[in-house]
Amino acid sequence: MISDNIIRNFIIPLTQVLVILGVASGAVAYMTLVERKILAFMQLRLSPRRVGPHGLLQPIADGIKLLLKEDITPDKADRILFTLAPIVTVIPAFTALAVIPFSGGGTFQIFGYQVTPWIADVNVGLVFLLAISSLGIYGIMLGGWASNSKYPMLGALRSAAQMVSYEVPFGFSIIGVMMLSGTASMVGIVEAQREAHVWYFLPQIFGLFVFFVSGVAETNRLPFDLPEAEAELVAGFHTEYTGMKFALYMLAEYTSMIVVASIVTTLFFGGWLRPFPNVEALGFLNLGLDRIHPVLPGYFWFLLKTFLVLFVYLWLRGTFPRYRYDQLMRLGWYWMIPLSIMNVIVTGGVVLLLRR
Amino acid sequence: MDWGLAIFYFFAALAVVGGVMMITRKNAVHAAVYLVLTFVSVAAIYIILGAEFLFAVQVLVYAGGIMVLFLFVIMLVNLEEPRRFSGGRLRLMTSAVVTLLLFGMLARLFARSDGGHAPIVAAPAAEGNLQLVGALLFTDYLLPFEVVSVLLLVAMIGAIVLGRPRA
Repeated sequence: MISDNIIRNFIIPLTQVLVILGVASGAVAYMTLVERKILAFMQLRLSPRRVGPHGLLQPIADGIKLLLKEDITPDKADRILFTLAPIVTVIPAFTALAVIPFSGGGTFQIFGYQVTPWIADVNVGLVFLLAISSLGIYGIMLGGWASNSKYPMLGALRSAAQMVSYEVPFGFSIIGVMMLSGTASMVGIVEAQREAHVWYFLPQIFGLFVFFVSGVAETNRLPFDLPEAEAELVAGFHTEYTGMKFALYMLAEYTSMIVVASIVTTLFFGGWLRPFPNVEALGFLNLGLDRIHPVLPGYFWFLLKTFLVLFVYLWLRGTFPRYRYDQLMRLGWYWMIPLSIMNVIVTGGVVLLLRR
Repeated sequence: MDWGLAIFYFFAALAVVGGVMMITRKNAVHAAVYLVLTFVSVAAIYIILGAEFLFAVQVLVYAGGIMVLFLFVIMLVNLEEPRRFSGGRLRLMTSAVVTLLLFGMLARLFARSDGGHAPIVAAPAAEGNLQLVGALLFTDYLLPFEVVSVLLLVAMIGAIVLGRPRA
């Protein structure tokens, strides 16, 4: 018989990790389809519609195709780092999911065991997220270098400069939220928003702006996808990658998008809280979902908000042309960093005044 | 079996292996990657000690910031052949003396602490690392904190002056 201790400290966390990994991978697979559908809609094109009804099986077909493709390693490549690089990119992307609270309302019970709807509630959650997300760049840089080819190398260098530049406003923009909530724990921040009766996107509108723009730059998405600008660099850092290794890069990119969207939801849009969480009369917004399962509404609102943020991501891609490289750098250093520092100073002053 | 101790030895061994590999690799990129391994292992040891904030900062600053810039520079200048040591005898002697001094200082520090005897788990702060570190920095250690920030400012201005194109 398995002891109580092992179940509590080993099997339950492991199950949580596996469930979240599975859900995230599935979400990534279908994000690719959603992206193509929405872009097609915006550009008045037909989207993929051949595989399955309305193209719904397209991600599965893509997955099989990527698995079966020939796995090529260039002759002059650094073999070990070439293989290691995509793995190094995927790990931080998934690790970041560990501290994101997907629902609230405390724990729920499965077979008599208390299970939390998040893997870990670390008291330095936000700083942890920053630290982990800063590691993702290694896969891109090493992959570009290990390919031993010109375009990947240029893509890797661009990406390094871009991510280092945008990490600064990325970090500064969340300090305002930490000041308002008085904690760096992700769960604590959502609870603080419930108690404050306001979601932080209102008092932290500049913080949200800087954070989201930097988040788009950090995940190398359009209009900031300079590292893989196909008009100039073929495909940037992953030019030489094929098959499963290429798929790992895509997996990491889309997972990072989901992570950034979840952080935006948690920090600025009240995480799992429904709109106006303190108004009893608006309970109907839960659509009766709380009667089906006690934790469902939390998940429901969290996912709804996260996918709205992801939609904005795709919207940006459909709307803006790619930045030129010097424009990107100027935007980061001349606008984003000063704006985020101003935000910290003003927020600090206001918090100090209100506390008196 | 004590899992905490086992995990500590695992990451300590990883850190030492990373350090040794870092100074023995001829390829500069490989050396940098091993140094990142060392930094991350040390960060993992901080977690075992209950210092989560130190973990996050270690990863954020050393692994995520400084080493990325190192790697950037290495890739930019693209060192093909490692150059032989060409410092002459005086430079070799100076390096040896400085290294020995540093070793002596660290050894003395280690000998004076109760290293290896006291339990390796520090008492975690009740209200969390982040608040504790912040409060300490702005009360007891305010002066060193400000001195360090002035030092960094000077370094930054120096870098700008050096990097500015000559008029």
